[in-house]
Amino acid sequence: MNNPYMPIPYILKSTQIETEIDTTFVFEANDRFIGGQFMQLSIPGVGEAPISISDFDGDTLTMTIRKVGRVTDRLFAMKPGETVYMRGPYGNGFKQEWFKDKDMVVIAGGTGLAPVKNTIDAFVSHPDDIKSLQIIVGFKSPRDVLFEQTLNHWQKKVPMIITVDQGDDTWPYDVGLIPSHIKHLDLTDVANKTVIVVGPPMMMKFTTLELLRLGFIEENIWVSFERKMSCGIGKCGHCKIDETYVCLEGPVFNYTKAKTLID
Amino acid sequence: MGYELTQHQLNEYFKALGSDYLLVGPIREKAKGTFSDTDKIVYGVFEVFEDLVLEEKAFYSPKEFLLPIRETLFHFIDGQIMEPKIDTKPILIFARPCDLNGIRRLDTIFLKNGDIKDAYYERRRNLVKYVMIECTGGFETCFCVSMGSNVFSDYEAAIRFDGNQSLLEVVDPTLITEGLTQVTVRDFVPKYIHENDINVNVPSMDKINNSIFEHPLWKEYTRRCIACGRCNTSCITCSCFTMQDVEVSDDGLLGERRRVWASCHIKGYTDMAGGHGFRKQNGERMRFKTMHKINDYHRRFGEHMCVGCGRCDDVCPEYISFSKCINKLSEIIKEENHE
Ligand SMILES: Cc1cc2nc3c(=O)[nH]c(=O)nc-3n(C[C@H](O)[C@H](O)[C@H](O)COP(=O)(O)OP(=O)(O)OC[C@H]3O[C@@H](n4cnc5c(N)ncnc54)[C@H](O)[C@@H]3O)c2cc1C
Ligand code: SF4
Ligand code: SF4
Ligand code: FES
Repeated sequence: MNNPYMPIPYILKSTQIETEIDTTFVFEANDRFIGGQFMQLSIPGVGEAPISISDFDGDTLTMTIRKVGRVTDRLFAMKPGETVYMRGPYGNGFKQEWFKDKDMVVIAGGTGLAPVKNTIDAFVSHPDDIKSLQIIVGFKSPRDVLFEQTLNHWQKKVPMIITVDQGDDTWPYDVGLIPSHIKHLDLTDVANKTVIVVGPPMMMKFTTLELLRLGFIEENIWVSFERKMSCGIGKCGHCKIDETYVCLEGPVFNYTKAKTLID
Repeated sequence: MGYELTQHQLNEYFKALGSDYLLVGPIREKAKGTFSDTDKIVYGVFEVFEDLVLEEKAFYSPKEFLLPIRETLFHFIDGQIMEPKIDTKPILIFARPCDLNGIRRLDTIFLKNGDIKDAYYERRRNLVKYVMIECTGGFETCFCVSMGSNVFSDYEAAIRFDGNQSLLEVVDPTLITEGLTQVTVRDFVPKYIHENDINVNVPSMDKINNSIFEHPLWKEYTRRCIACGRCNTSCITCSCFTMQDVEVSDDGLLGERRRVWASCHIKGYTDMAGGHGFRKQNGERMRFKTMHKINDYHRRFGEHMCVGCGRCDDVCPEYISFSKCINKLSEIIKEENHE
C-alpha cells in the first residue's frame, strides 16, 4: 500500500530552550523543504500534530514548538538521540519567486515567527535576491522572545523593529502592539512594497487592516493560516474554508484570496 | 444481460454470489431504533432476499463499508509500525442511485482532492462492486431528482425487486453465475424516479457570496440545532474524520492510530491548540455544512455534494429540514437579487 499516512522516523539531534513554553527542536533530515510548509509530527500512541518547518539546511530540519497538549508535552520530555515520526512536507510554503527583486517587509507575531524564519534568513543572507528588507517582530512580553541570537544577527544587517505588548525595566527595544509600529517603517513607494504577515489570528487581522490604511496594496500582502488539520492531504475536511483547503492551497495565501476566506 | 427471477431463483443467485462476495444491503437491526424496542434499518451483510428491507429507507448510508466509523491506520508494537490487514473478500453493495452517487462523492474527496490518494479508502473501494436497486417511488424526505442524483449508470448490475418476477440486469460478466444461465432471459432496463414529493431549488452559484453568511437565517438554526452531529453521521457524502492515537499498554509499547468520523456540527471541529476555534454558533455550522453541500464542493468538482437522500431530515431530533433550508436560502438570494 502506498500509504500517505505512514510516518517516517526522525532522530532528535538537539534542542534549544526559547521560552518557558517554547523550544526549538533540531532533527536529522536531508529532505528538501520550502519555508512555511509544515509536517505532521507524531509520537506513536500519543498523537499527531501539524508543525511548521522553521529551518532546514540539507542535514537538519528545525521546528520551534509550543508545549500545549498531548503530543507537544511528550515531545518536550524527549532527549537528543530519541526518535519522533513525521510525514510531509505539506502545503505551499513561501515561494522565493513571489519575492524576487521586491521591497520586502516581514511582520511576525509570537510563534508566527517560526514558519517565516527560514524565509527571513534567506533574505538576510542573499540580499541581492530582493531589493530591500525591513522586519517587525512582536511578542507578548520580554519572556516570550524567540530566537534571540538570530534576532540580534538580523538586527545588525537590516532595519528591524522588535516590540513587546508589555515591556519591563530591562527591555531595551520597543513596546506596543505590532500594528502601532507599522507606520514607523520606511514607507517610501509603499504601493510597491511586498509584505509577509504571520501570527495569531487577531494580530493578522489588525496588521493587514493597518497595512491597507497605510497604502499597501492587497496583491502585495501574503499571510499564513493556521487551522485544525488532521490529514494535511485534503481528506479530513477540518481545514476547509469555502472551496479552499488550507492544507492544499495554503497555508500561505495572497491577501486577495485570504480576505475572502471566511470560516 | 437481463433476467427474470423467482424469489427462489433470486435466493439461489444470492447464495452463489455469496461464495465470492460479501452481500451488503439495507437490513433490519432489531431493537436498535431511536426508541427502545424499535428496529433500525441499516446497511449490513445479508444472505437471502427476506433479509432485505425495501419498504423503508435505511437510517444510515452504506458509507461505513468504505469509510468505517473508526478505522485503525497503524498498530504500534514496540517501535514497529504496522498497517492492519483487512478482510479482502470483495463486497457487493446493493443500494439506490442516490447512495451510489454519494459514494462517487466520497471517491472524489478521497481519491481526487489534492495529488495524494487515500490508500485506506482506495483499498476498500477496490473491493466494492455495486448492484443498483431500482428506485421509482422514493421516500417522504427524498429530493434526489432536484440534485440530479436520481440516475446512476456506473453499476455492475441493477435489480428490480418484484416478488416472483424480479428483474436483473448484469453488466459485469463475472456476476453471471452458473445458475443464472438456467433462468428466463428478459430484457431489463432499470427505471428512475423523475419526481419527488419534495422539490429543492439550489441557489445558482454565481449569485452566492459571503454576504449571505450574515443573514438572520443562520441565527434561526443557532436556536434550533443542538449540534448532535446526527445529520453528518447519516449523510452518505459526509467524509470528515479526525486522527486519534491510543496507548493500549501502560508502558507505551502498544498503541494504535485511528481515524474516526468527524462532524462539522459538533463542538471542537475547528478547535486548535491555544483555544482558538471558528464557528462557535450552531447556526454558523449549519451554514458551513449547507455551503459545502450545495456550493463549495460544486465550485471545486463541478457537481453538488448533496445527493438529496434526505437522511439528514430523517434523523434530526430537532426536525430541522435540510431541503427547507436550501429552499429558504434560494428565496433569500432571489429576493436580494430582486428577481
Ligand atoms: C499549519 C500549522 C502549522 C503549525 N506550526 C506550529 C509550529 O511551528 N509550532 C507550534 O508550536 N505549533 C504549531 N502549530 C500548532 C500545533 O499544531 C498545535 O499546537 C498542536 O496540534 C498541539 O498538539 P498537542 O497534541 O500537543 O495538543 P492537544 O493535545 O491537541 O491539545 C492539548 C490541549 O491544548 C489545548 N488545546 C489544544 N488544541 C486546542 C484546541 N484546538 N482548542 C482549544 N484548546 C486546545 C487544549 O486545552 C487541549 O486539551 C501549527 C498548526 C498548523 C495548522
Ligand atoms: S446533506 Fe442530507 S440530503 Fe444531502 S446527501 Fe447528506 S444526508 Fe443526504
Ligand atoms: S441532526 Fe439536527 S440538531 Fe443534530 S447537528 Fe444536525 S441539524 Fe443540528
Ligand atoms: S488538513 Fe485534512 S483536509 Fe486539510
